[in-house]
Amino acid sequence: MEYEAIIGMEVHVQLKTASKIYCGCSTAFGAEPNTQTCPVCLGLPGALPVLNRKAVELGLKAAVTLVCDEIVERAAFARKNYFYPDLPKGYQITQFGAPLARHGRIEIEVEGQQKEIGIRHLLIEEDAGKLIHSEGESDVSFVDFNRCGVPLLEIVSEPDLRTPAEAHAYLAALKEVIEYAGISDADMEKGQMRCEPNISVRPRGYKEFGTRTELKNLNSFRNVERAIAFEIERHIGILERGEKVEQATMLWDERAQRASPMRVKEEAHDYRYFPEPDLTAVTLGRDLAAQIRAELPELPRAKRARFVSGYGIAPEQAAVCASSPAVADYFEAVAKACGDGNEAAKWIVGVVASAVNEGKWDVNAPSVAAEKLAALIRLVADGAVSGIAARENVFPAMLERPGLEPEEAVDELGLRQMSDEARLEAVVDRVIAANPGEVVRYRRGEEKLLGYFVGQVMEETKGRANPKIVNQLLRRKLASG
Amino acid sequence: MHLYRLGVGEIGRLLRKRVISARDITGAFFARIRAVDQSVNAYITLLEERAHAKAKEVDAKIASGDELSPLAGIPVAVKDNICTQGVETTCGSRILSRYRPQYDATAVARLRAADAIILGKTNLDEFGMGASNEYSYYGPVANPWDLLRVPGGSSGGSAAALAAGETTLALGTDTGGSTRQPAGLCGVVGIKPTYGRVSRYGLVAFASSLDQIGAMARSVEDCALLLSIIAGHDPRDSTSAALPVPNYHDYLTGEVRGLRIGVPREYFAEGIDPEVESAVRDAIDHLAGLGAEVVDVSLPHTEYGVAVYQLVATAEASSNLARYDGIGYGFRAEDFDDLAGMYSRTRHDGFGNEVKRRIMLGAYVLSAGYYEAYYLRAQKVRSLIRRDFEEAFASVDCLATPTYPTPAFRLGEKLDDPLALYLADIYNTSANLAGIPGISIPCGYTGDGFPVGLQLLGRPFDEKTLFRIAYAYEQTAEWRHRWPELDIPVRRSADGV
Amino acid sequence: MSSGREDGGRPGADPVITADEVRHIAHLARLELTDREIEWFRVRLGAILEYVAKLNEIDIENVEPTSHVILMENVLRDDVVRPSLSRDEAIGSAPSSRNGFVAAPRIIETDDSGVV
Ligand SMILES: [Zn+2]
Repeated sequence: MEYEAIIGMEVHVQLKTASKIYCGCSTAFGAEPNTQTCPVCLGLPGALPVLNRKAVELGLKAAVTLVCDEIVERAAFARKNYFYPDLPKGYQITQFGAPLARHGRIEIEVEGQQKEIGIRHLLIEEDAGKLIHSEGESDVSFVDFNRCGVPLLEIVSEPDLRTPAEAHAYLAALKEVIEYAGISDADMEKGQMRCEPNISVRPRGYKEFGTRTELKNLNSFRNVERAIAFEIERHIGILERGEKVEQATMLWDERAQRASPMRVKEEAHDYRYFPEPDLTAVTLGRDLAAQIRAELPELPRAKRARFVSGYGIAPEQAAVCASSPAVADYFEAVAKACGDGNEAAKWIVGVVASAVNEGKWDVNAPSVAAEKLAALIRLVADGAVSGIAARENVFPAMLERPGLEPEEAVDELGLRQMSDEARLEAVVDRVIAANPGEVVRYRRGEEKLLGYFVGQVMEETKGRANPKIVNQLLRRKLASG
Repeated sequence: MHLYRLGVGEIGRLLRKRVISARDITGAFFARIRAVDQSVNAYITLLEERAHAKAKEVDAKIASGDELSPLAGIPVAVKDNICTQGVETTCGSRILSRYRPQYDATAVARLRAADAIILGKTNLDEFGMGASNEYSYYGPVANPWDLLRVPGGSSGGSAAALAAGETTLALGTDTGGSTRQPAGLCGVVGIKPTYGRVSRYGLVAFASSLDQIGAMARSVEDCALLLSIIAGHDPRDSTSAALPVPNYHDYLTGEVRGLRIGVPREYFAEGIDPEVESAVRDAIDHLAGLGAEVVDVSLPHTEYGVAVYQLVATAEASSNLARYDGIGYGFRAEDFDDLAGMYSRTRHDGFGNEVKRRIMLGAYVLSAGYYEAYYLRAQKVRSLIRRDFEEAFASVDCLATPTYPTPAFRLGEKLDDPLALYLADIYNTSANLAGIPGISIPCGYTGDGFPVGLQLLGRPFDEKTLFRIAYAYEQTAEWRHRWPELDIPVRRSADGV
Repeated sequence: MSSGREDGGRPGADPVITADEVRHIAHLARLELTDREIEWFRVRLGAILEYVAKLNEIDIENVEPTSHVILMENVLRDDVVRPSLSRDEAIGSAPSSRNGFVAAPRIIETDDSGVV
């Protein structure tokens, strides 16, 4: 029998705020345990939350970015009650009943096929603390409250995903726009993006859904993809044996590359939600959404399309040039200043991207100003320096000395090309005169000897002759003799 | 001269004239506390050393001729569910028996900034849950008028301390009458301000949508002064109103002509003690004699107030008290097998039965399948109770009612009949449900010599009119103010299954 | 929300709360109770539930619930970092702590359904 998987995704990203959602503690990553807390986020008796404006604005920005059809007019908060050692108040302040926004969408692409994935809702809430288990002590958990109150955006998709690859593409697309719009840094390694897929499997053609299981403990897109694939196979195996899938939360074990049911039996949840009396509602008029829409940066899809049509570059080049707002701005500045989008793209994809990868280039503070790179591109176009010398000598020199002008660099390095035809003609004439035997052979049809003559000219000029002009001169002179 | 009997104005004058020092005053109050508090049990924690240090500071200011706040050198008692930095804040509970907050409640910080002298932390029903002060882990409080009777609650410690001369001013809290009712039963003044008037930051939450810090004193003038110090916007409390605080003193004119006082007929229904009713009616007649216009009004949903209150307050309490889990602070039981066992044993041993009962009721009414039938329905009826008040205040400036249907009852009398105790809250809970201000002032004594309270309810943020009417009454009432004799030894009773 | 009772939990329809229900909510509230305590609370909770059933007398159709009594909106703070407590202040009063962490008993497998 053929089966079909139905996959939905619950994603949490950390909103890019300096302070926590209900108090002034820092959200900075990597602090010593329990050093970023206060009475509010520790849930000390008598402390009260006050909502961070930025968290609401970023949530709204996400609603606009993910094209939500419905943005709630009065955002209200609720308490979700449950006991857990990482939840010092005994409840989480979240949204319930009326989330910030609903009915959004995002486009994904898998193997050249476009697909739209629905977003069921977005809401903002606080994170809990972190529990650490030490190997030696099996009866104790250690609690770090630093993450308590870090603002999160919950993004719940419709069950529109069908394959592990689609799930991966969805996460990548989501991460891209969220990062792009400045909503979150979405760094999975720092816990700024977490995802919990839910999976069910049904025979193809069936309308009814199978029993769902949820996957947890996934710390990379690759693990998400693998875990989903594992879980789909597991479901199919169970169905093939004529057994029933049991509803469960599955923990992914990265080392073993398998998922197994959570050891702790889950409570039949009864969160006893009720309106949070300590916070007031927030009215989100249409004006605010319109304003945020107006301020929203051009999103990557649109930007890539514009780069391809506007600068005539290849889609693969556009993908690199639009990989972040900073890179895109840089690319456009270079392209405009040098007047050649194609050359600019080649430089970004080749030279700049590898400098970034080698950690020599901060995209937010480029070491070589856009105008300088454009000037270098023009020098190459004008024949003042060879493309190879520009890439391998001039650019690295400019990278090391940010103030250096490309013209200066070319001269300092002695790389200025001889493009003066009269001077080159004299050299060419000397070379032809010095090699009569080769001239005869060339003229008899041994055209590959052209390279030999070029080499001789280059030797005479210590490699600085403009190869294009040398070629032209040699062909003319050798033909006309 | 009994220093402990003086009001804020008199103490202030003596200080400024340098007849006495702040240390004299502080010393006099601790002497008084030592003399009577073994019988009254109004305080859980005394802050003698800190109080003397503060008094010394005030004396230095006086000596150097610095400008003084009206509360400088004035003794204040703080109910023990209001956070004081570095000082035990037990909430009357075992679960917070050794808990010392890292910060001061905003109200406390304002008292300190005003150079008031905090004498100690007063006893209360555990987490404010009670109306008799019998539900404290630190023992019941006795009513100074009869040590075998309750002082009311939950701010029974603050009210009894005032009545017994163990402080000049006190902070109470009021979730369903907890400031007004003990003020009434102990013969002192207590105001529950409008919800949002005083910051709740640092008030340990019982029911967050109902809780307010109350100001308590022996006179209307002192009470108004205390409120003017602690009231006002606080950015740390999202529900704190960003409204200016009037100078209440300006409204203590003795003038009530032109004001309309409504008498809600539902507050004089069956169950009211005849002596209480007659004292309250006399007081209303007296106000009419002063020129106020007295009219009958109706608050038709009054009878539902206690039911709504029981559902809303317990629901919020069940959530607010979830944080006492033995993890981050407070009491943790010793003997457990695992996390679940630690939680449930800590909470079993740490909370008294009344608190447990309310937590369970609250969890029940919020739980799946019951939310709409109980909690949501209660919140809707709450809207009707609010609407009753809005309609009444369209035609009157304040409402006059008894504070409590009976005088102080005997310790233990209602211990095992909580429903009877709750039903008596009928005059108090509606003000919290509607968020409006209410004040209780003494309006005479029963034949046996127990104080009776007159409650005045006002429009939101119109505490000034309550003070105005209360002051006019207080200054002209014909009965003579007395002091309790305090000579009967206390019998302790216990909360228990 | 699913109903815990066939009548949907309408107060008044079946006012007496059962021992199992008391046990369930005691579990929800993480309170360990003996059978004797269960019975003690059952009687008292039953009495109050019976009493609050009087709210069924009122027509609440078209009435909005009141969750916040004074109408205030848009109380927000700016995204500014303020000093945190020192670690000592933050966890110094925890019943158990080690190496800068608060120590809690590890969660182990339990039957958490709450209803016996
Ligand atoms: Zn904090």
